[in-house]
Amino acid sequence: MRHVISILVENKVGILARITGLISGRGFNIDSLAVGETENPAFSRITIVVRGDDAILEQVRKQIGKIIDVVKVIDFTTEEFIERDLMLLKVNSPLGKRGEIIEIVTIFRGKIVDVGQKDLIIEIAGTEDKLEAMLSLLRPYGIKELVRTGSIAIARGTK
Amino acid sequence: MIKTGSQILVDALIREGVEYVFGIPGGAVLPLFDVLFESPIKFILTRHEQGAGHAADGYARATGKVGVCLATSGPGATNLATAIATAYMDSIPVVAITGQVKTFLIGNDAFQEADIIGITRPITKHSYLVKDIKDLARIVKESFYIANTGRRGPVLIDLPVDITMEKCEEIIPAEVNLPGYKPKYEGNIRQIKIAAEVINNSKRPVVYTGGGIIASDCSKELLEFSEKGNLPVTTTLMGLGGFPEDHHLSLGMLGMHGTAYANFAVTESDVLIAIGARFDDRITGKIDEFAPDAKIIHIDIDPSSISKSIEVDIPVVGDAKNILKELKKYIHFVERREWFDKIKHWKEKSPLSYNNNGNVIKPQYVIEQICDVARGNAIITTEVGQNQMWAAQFFTFTKPRTFLSSGGLGTMGYGFPAAIGAQLGCPDKIVVDIAGDGSIQMNIQELSTVVRLNIPVKIAILNNGYLGMVRQWQELFYNKRYSGVNLDGNPDFVKLAEAYGAKGFLVEKKEDVRPTIEKAFSLHGPVIMDFRIDPSENVFPMVPAGQAIHRMIGTMA
Repeated sequence: MRHVISILVENKVGILARITGLISGRGFNIDSLAVGETENPAFSRITIVVRGDDAILEQVRKQIGKIIDVVKVIDFTTEEFIERDLMLLKVNSPLGKRGEIIEIVTIFRGKIVDVGQKDLIIEIAGTEDKLEAMLSLLRPYGIKELVRTGSIAIARGTK
Repeated sequence: MIKTGSQILVDALIREGVEYVFGIPGGAVLPLFDVLFESPIKFILTRHEQGAGHAADGYARATGKVGVCLATSGPGATNLATAIATAYMDSIPVVAITGQVKTFLIGNDAFQEADIIGITRPITKHSYLVKDIKDLARIVKESFYIANTGRRGPVLIDLPVDITMEKCEEIIPAEVNLPGYKPKYEGNIRQIKIAAEVINNSKRPVVYTGGGIIASDCSKELLEFSEKGNLPVTTTLMGLGGFPEDHHLSLGMLGMHGTAYANFAVTESDVLIAIGARFDDRITGKIDEFAPDAKIIHIDIDPSSISKSIEVDIPVVGDAKNILKELKKYIHFVERREWFDKIKHWKEKSPLSYNNNGNVIKPQYVIEQICDVARGNAIITTEVGQNQMWAAQFFTFTKPRTFLSSGGLGTMGYGFPAAIGAQLGCPDKIVVDIAGDGSIQMNIQELSTVVRLNIPVKIAILNNGYLGMVRQWQELFYNKRYSGVNLDGNPDFVKLAEAYGAKGFLVEKKEDVRPTIEKAFSLHGPVIMDFRIDPSENVFPMVPAGQAIHRMIGTMA
């Protein structure tokens, strides 16, 4: 099952290596990983998306919680949360097709951030599903390059 | 006050109450050794860094205080790795300090550089690379705090040589502030009450205790708890000494080489109360058939131990001492005659036994004699393998911190250096390393250390000319194809002892066993006893790997 794990850590050297080491040590592949400072620069938030056996991941979650510099670990799987992934992609846009592409991007509330002779650069944020849906529609035009941040997530309401 | 990094470190160690530092110097720690030279801390020079690490570990296990070891960068640091892993697996508080190349050279493949933080990341509770001298005093304080609180474990401080030479105003931290580290000591009272009710209603309870009893210093509380509730107690290898084995409620050790009655009792139990134990595979055997009818209560300080390998019904997270005190209030005495009759029957039918007829020296006999001569005043360390299991089975442990053995990692070569640390920490005890002829050679160089400092450790080698435990497995499960286990070419251990300046005794006759032990114990100095034991003797009972624990071989059942 897919787990979105949010980890609040002290902003210290080596903390990322400790966390990823624990996960890879159990043979899990990390689907995505995003790190950034929180409202307090002494702390960072790490969001990890990982797939695997629920019981083993629960173990991993507990073990991550034991790392000294980890303040809090939340597995969002059982909670209401908002998830966003940011993607930039360079799509082939031959003359005559540009309009179609822009239309698709508009429907998904994406943005055109650069226009070249033969391609467009699109920016879009959303859930993984939304990004995948738009991608599947754009694929026939030819995707030249794609980068994404990986999911970041936050719990709904007051926690 | 303006101090160098080396002075700040040594003063911080003194504030932590460090008596001994075990280690070996080298280029990256020269400034540190210059300060140690005139400090009140006693530096114990070992002959290999692994020995230093195990000695610090043995000191910690024997005293309950943090053990400290020190090595230079690169190979000095990597030589500590096995000792750090040993301490990590058994949750032993050790602070390991390693020198590192100059800050600006880190990552440059400098001479004697190794990324020891990276190498030890999975085998330390925490680690620090000191990048700013201003952090140093705080880091030392945090390291000792982390090592010896919660579920204990080793902490590594990697200290670049330039930091040890730099100077700054010493800032002594008032207290430790770690937002991500708040060990839970008090058990949830609701869970404790539920557990008490389950225990009171149980017909066939078994208490199964591990190293947590020793770490939490609660063998007294365990005894009171089990006596009040009339509950039989079995311990793991790590838990030996946590409950007196001469007590009528004791079932001895359980697991792969545990007693038959402990394994039967666990299998038939209706409530299993695990305290400071972690359901290791050497304990559970085949998971599906482990205590199949039991409700499982698990008391542990480490939340990640709960339901790790066995689904737990009633978890109580916290310090065993606090929880046992609380739990004791809510339980009452229940007679359970049927259950104790059954246990008595198992004890009579399948006791730990060996065939002591004939003239050949049996290893079990040697252990019994050591136990008898020591009269409860010994600390036993072991190597790993048959020697370790015989010691666990045939020595009667009655007090905590008297059995020091590498349980989790199973490190051959642990026992002798650990004995050095234990002896320094407990000068009034007789410290005996029960060794095999294979394991003892893995850190034999420490004979120099004990002779030079006259540390009166006794080494009892159960010499069978084999890597005995592996030979046993090959005999039982690999058609007696003895591959790579013959130790032909062993040295003459008596001459070896003498070459280092220690005493050595060869024992080939059964009647010489006890007099030799008596003589060795009466000498104030290191002694090697080379017992030539029956090479075909095996450790029984034995649960074959992956088998249910009541399906033992080598027992009457």
